[in-house]
Amino acid sequence: MPSITVKNVKNYACRSVNLEINDKELLVILGPNGSGKTTLVNVIAGLVEYQGTVLFDGISVDRIPANKRGVGYLFQNLVLFPHLNVAANIAYSLRVKKWPQQRITEKVRELLKLVNIPHLASRYPKNLSGGEKQRVALARALAASPEVLLLDEPLSSLDAQTAKYLRTELKQIQRRLRITTIYVTHDLMEAINMADRMAVILDGSIEQVDEPEKLLFFPCNDRVSDFIGAPNILDCDYCKSTEQGVMEVGCRGLKLIVPHDGNVIHKIAILPRHIYVSENKPRGPGINGFIATITDIIFRTDTVRFCLEVSNNKLVAEIPYHIFEEMDLEKGKEVYIILRMRRIRVFENKNVSFDKANVY
Amino acid sequence: MPVAIFLALWEIIARVDVLPGNFLLPPFSEVVVEFYHLSASGVLGENFLSSLIRVLIGFCAGSIAGIVIGTVMGWNKVADRALNPLITLFYPIPTLGWIPLLMLWIGINEMLPITLIFICSFFPVLYNTITGIKNVDRDYIKAARSLGASDMKVLTTVVIPLALPNIFTGLRLEAGMAWRVIIAAEMVAIPTGIGALLMKAESLIRIDIIIVCLIVLAIMCLIFEKFFAYLEARMTARWRQDAIHNR
Repeated sequence: MPSITVKNVKNYACRSVNLEINDKELLVILGPNGSGKTTLVNVIAGLVEYQGTVLFDGISVDRIPANKRGVGYLFQNLVLFPHLNVAANIAYSLRVKKWPQQRITEKVRELLKLVNIPHLASRYPKNLSGGEKQRVALARALAASPEVLLLDEPLSSLDAQTAKYLRTELKQIQRRLRITTIYVTHDLMEAINMADRMAVILDGSIEQVDEPEKLLFFPCNDRVSDFIGAPNILDCDYCKSTEQGVMEVGCRGLKLIVPHDGNVIHKIAILPRHIYVSENKPRGPGINGFIATITDIIFRTDTVRFCLEVSNNKLVAEIPYHIFEEMDLEKGKEVYIILRMRRIRVFENKNVSFDKANVY
Repeated sequence: MPVAIFLALWEIIARVDVLPGNFLLPPFSEVVVEFYHLSASGVLGENFLSSLIRVLIGFCAGSIAGIVIGTVMGWNKVADRALNPLITLFYPIPTLGWIPLLMLWIGINEMLPITLIFICSFFPVLYNTITGIKNVDRDYIKAARSLGASDMKVLTTVVIPLALPNIFTGLRLEAGMAWRVIIAAEMVAIPTGIGALLMKAESLIRIDIIIVCLIVLAIMCLIFEKFFAYLEARMTARWRQDAIHNR
């Protein structure tokens, strides 16, 4: 599988984009709507015009038309051919390449099995659910054994549960096939879960390319930090394993339980929208629950942000405006907060395993 | 059922002499008898066959030309820009408006009604084909290209199949229209065919024969339209979201 180099690519949506995608890597391009991420993927696929250079394994593909670039493309709206049934959709690229019928049949059977839909071979797209369509589109993109796989927000039209399930499956398939993959999304959590590395694109420019944790904990500038939701980042003073897939960490007096089972935790991050805010004491065991004082209230378009002080830590929480309207909150007031355990991301010190340092 | 009631009422009204008798409105039964006579003598069959052959030749040629040129215009921007002004200029001319010119150019022979049917079929099929081809979502074309299809493969395996519903709309509408035009052409200029038989019956004040001809015409319009509706359903109903199964 090739590595991909995008050098100084410019067009109506991209502004001098430079990007390296390693061989067999899953790179997520993360950006808001209209930031140029789909256009960048179309450039790599050869489906739009551009200035600059795209190289596969160091060889320019600028003059190679889309149908000969060896790229599998899973479109945002899937674009299954409505006049062909599932098997014929998957077989499309093989028929175009004039494979013998018997090999086509075998390959289609194999792909149907890979994406777990062998029973849907004769159905037409109009009779498929969103998740089934997504699987067919993936099988079709993989049919001609492409060297590069481009996935443009493939899960955006699915309900959260199906998307979560298919995300795991997509990642497994990518790992199994070891195919260089570019995955486009605007969803930070989806990006973090999928990526080997992430590239943040804003207004047609790549702002930062890094591993998910590094990007979350060390955004290179305010624009990136703002886009990823200005996470609260706390340094950890100590870290204790509870041996149940979770760890207890201390951050300047805050005792937190985080989902982690591995090396020593260096920092934790949580997005403002993942901090629960309540006027009354919430029911339940109170894990990661604290009393905080509101030091400032910032009104945004649809949301309200609170600057909070809790045990000498400064946190920012965010709630939707319509919920704020139902509450009676003001500066100086005390509120109950919960840092949602499953939403806390950890940055571990990869050089120090927990066996070597139980507490640091 | 409504047709049976209509025919019964027709028979009763003609028989009870409410209107000025059999002269202006013969009873349905007499029309059926006349239909039998005309069929048995071969007059109806001969004239019907003349009209049918003209319709089939003109309609097939016009439709094929419309589909081919429409596909080229819908797919190729240069061809569209070059031909569109000419098509826009000629399309509004009513088909029957061509008769005087064609009589002088072609003369009064078999080619005259065939050419008229050709013109009548060509333009609507052409427009529907252009619309169908242009309306195919660009994403399907992008998807096909990314899957390795050449331009010609994209056209033949994706664009034309997806334009079929539009093309069939044109064919369905024009299949009936071809019969309306052939009758008019035969009434005006051609001595054989159902239209010519109509004119002869009118000069002999044979209302029963006129009604027989009109019934044949109505049935043929219906059969042609139904045939294309059936063909459309066969070819597209499996995959169309808005498929109509009970045409």
